[in-house]
Order: sequence, then structure tokens, then C-alpha cells
Amino acid sequence: MSLIEITEVKKRFGDNEVLKGINIDVEPGEVIAIIGKSGSGKSTLLRCINGLETIDEGSISVAGAQLLPDELHLKALRLKVGMIFQQFNLFPHLSAGKNVMLSQMVVKKTPKAEAEEMAKKMLERVGLGHKFDAYPDQLSGGQQQRVAIARALAMEPIALLCDEITSALDPELVNEVLAVVKELASEGMTLLMVTHEMRFARDVCSRVVFMHMGRVHEIGRPEDVFANPKTPELKQFLGMQH
Amino acid sequence: MNYAFDYGWLLEYWPVLLKGLAITVELTLVGGVFGVALGVACAWARALGPKWLRPIVTTYVEMIRNTPFLIQLFFIFFGLPSLGVRLGELEAANLAMIINLGAYGCEIVRAGIQATPKGQFEAGASLGMSRIQTFWYVVLIPALQRIWPALSSQIVIVMLGSAAVSQIAAEDLTFAANFIQSRTFRAFEAYFVSTAIYLALAIALRQMLRGLGWSLFPKRSGR
Repeated sequence: MSLIEITEVKKRFGDNEVLKGINIDVEPGEVIAIIGKSGSGKSTLLRCINGLETIDEGSISVAGAQLLPDELHLKALRLKVGMIFQQFNLFPHLSAGKNVMLSQMVVKKTPKAEAEEMAKKMLERVGLGHKFDAYPDQLSGGQQQRVAIARALAMEPIALLCDEITSALDPELVNEVLAVVKELASEGMTLLMVTHEMRFARDVCSRVVFMHMGRVHEIGRPEDVFANPKTPELKQFLGMQH
Repeated sequence: MNYAFDYGWLLEYWPVLLKGLAITVELTLVGGVFGVALGVACAWARALGPKWLRPIVTTYVEMIRNTPFLIQLFFIFFGLPSLGVRLGELEAANLAMIINLGAYGCEIVRAGIQATPKGQFEAGASLGMSRIQTFWYVVLIPALQRIWPALSSQIVIVMLGSAAVSQIAAEDLTFAANFIQSRTFRAFEAYFVSTAIYLALAIALRQMLRGLGWSLFPKRSGR
């Protein structure tokens, strides 16, 4: 059994079918890049995996937790997959440390001292141990995104979903975030990331998923997908016009 | 103009004023605390609460916002006894102020909640928090911070509006001023002094609410 099983998933927004039957199985420790044009359904797919969007058909399960639309099942699922957003979404009224502590205390009922210790450890892990007391608006975009990663990690998920996590960053801040992700990948974390960083996808990922018009158009190892795209759509997307 | 100002009565009547002041302060504190709490609860219900609850809260809010405070007060004090609910004048005054601030506060706080970026709700959800936990721990404080100046003004308005409770013989500051001028016939002086006290009270209340804001909300965020 795979860690994440996505089976025949369909999703409609009104008349617009954005996912037209998606099948992907993810093994533990895999790092998967989802690439594609905007509107191809890649972000929607990621948001479905932790229940931020409901699905109309098919099924999604993560380590045995099924995606079902009630709060109990959603919570069980979300405890297994963390999510990191393009806009960081840190809580502005809490310091970096409190951002990492909050969900541990509220959701897992972790005692404060323990949550604080975990928060320190996780901030240390993303290189921000010294920013425990800083508020989000005192941090750069790259630092905020690393706090968001620490916040997700503190819940001890078995997989992380990254939704264009470097797209809102200034170019010089992209690398510090990618370095953290690379580190996580090398430690064996299962990662699904929607990304436009093709070089990163090629260097770090175990598989690349190319989505087009709501379908998985091509899937394979990065060296194959990038060097020998089979379909004209992927060739065009990669800028190979011959 | 040959009116001779005389503040000699102050010597005799200052305990009456002081008692009136104390009651106005008590009404404002109770009305402020419970009114804001009611406003927050109603704002949650209208913005994020269950569908069946929304029309009920909307009806309450619109009824209060579209009728005079004095009528609401009379209704509670003179009207409800017909249904067997008899309240003392202070209880009635407290209740009227809570209900009144609750309705206006609801609309102010709701504006703050609805200005919350969608990503805040999604971040809470993705961390496994329930909707109510996300509201309480993530959404509420920044929402209050956004509308704190407007809410502070509304609390001051309700404090000044509490003058109406003298009409059901609650012995507040206005009641004291009326009482003194009817005894001494020094209308100008009695209302001049009570005006000055209201002014000082309003300024002090605004400062207090500003201070509360500073301690409730982190200095850096959103400013």
C-alpha cells in the first residue's frame, strides 16, 4: 500500500471540471514535483489532498486516513499531512515561536513547556532558532516561509504539501527556503510540491508530474521528463519548440 | 447678564454626584464587558456560525439598531413586568446597555472578521484546528485589532447614552444632576459640573481603551 493514494479524483467548480480523473500513488520518502501551466489543476489537486477543497468523485487516502468531508475525518487526515502556502499565512498576532506552538497545544493538547521545546527545535531546524520572539512582520518573506515550515513540521506530519512556496518571494530569498526543503527531502520526508523551480525539481525530486487540462499528462523520473518529454504540450511547457 | 454663579451647593451635594458617578461607571463597565462579549458572539454567529442561527441574530441586531435606546430601556423596565419579568432599575439599565452595545458591537466586529484573509482560515484548518478553534485562536484577535478604534468609540457612545437610564430612576450621574438642580435651582451650575464630569469620564475611558488595545495586541503586527 502506498503512503498517499489518489484514485480517479474528479473536481468541478460549477461547470468547470478542473480535475478530470487523477491517479497518483506516492511511496514513503518520495519527493514529487507537480508542474504545469496555471489553470492546469495542480494547486487544486494539492488542496484536495488535505481537504481544503472537497472532491466530487474518486478517493484520496493518506496512510489509511480517508478524505471524508466531516470534521473528524478531516482532522485525522490533516494530522498526517502538513501544508505550506504561497502566502505563508503566519498568524500575525503571534510571535514565530507562538505560531509554532499554537496548533500543538490546541489540537494535540501538548503541554506548554513541551510545545515550546518542540517549537525551539523546529525553528532551529529551519535556521531560525534566534527568531523565536520575532513577530511575522519583523521577518523577511523567506524567514516567514521557514517559520511556516517549522509550524507544519511541529505537528509531526508524515507528508508535506507545498503549494508554490517560493512564488511570493524575492529571487534572493528563494534559495534559503529551497535549502530547507532539500534538507527535509534528504531526511526522508515525503513531499508533494507544486513548483515553478524547474532546476530544483530536476535536482531534488524523485518523480515529476506534469499536469495539463486537469489530467496527469506525463509522469516519470525527472531525468526522463525533462530530457525526453513525450508530448508536445510538455515540450512546449518546457520551452523546447522543436 | 447679572446672574451670580454659585457653587456653594457642591459642599453639601458632592456625595450625591459621587454616587451618580459610581453608578455611571458601573453601568459602563458591566455594559462594556458583557456588551462586547455579546457582540463578539453575535459577530461569530453572523459571519461564521450555523445557517439556522444567522436570521435570529440578524433580527436581533436590526431591531436594536433601528429603535431608540430610550424605548428599549422603557420596554425592558416598564414593558417586561407585564410578562412577569420584573427588574430593578439598575438591572434593567445594565441589561439595556448590554443588549444595545451587543447589537452595534456585532456589526463592528463582523466587519473585522470578514476582513480576515482566507489564508488564515486555511492555515488553521491545515494544522488540524476545528473551525471554532481557528476563530478563537487565529481570527479573533487580529479582527478585534482591525476594528478596535471603532469599537472603542461605540463603547464611549454607550457610556454617554447611559444618561437615559435616569428616566427609569436609576441613580446615575444625570439623575444626580437633575436631583441637585431641582433642590438648589442652580441648573446652570449643576449641569455644568455634570458635563465636566462626563467629559473627563469619556476622555479617561478612551485612554483606558487605547491602553487595553496596546496590551491586547502586539505592538508590531498590522501597524
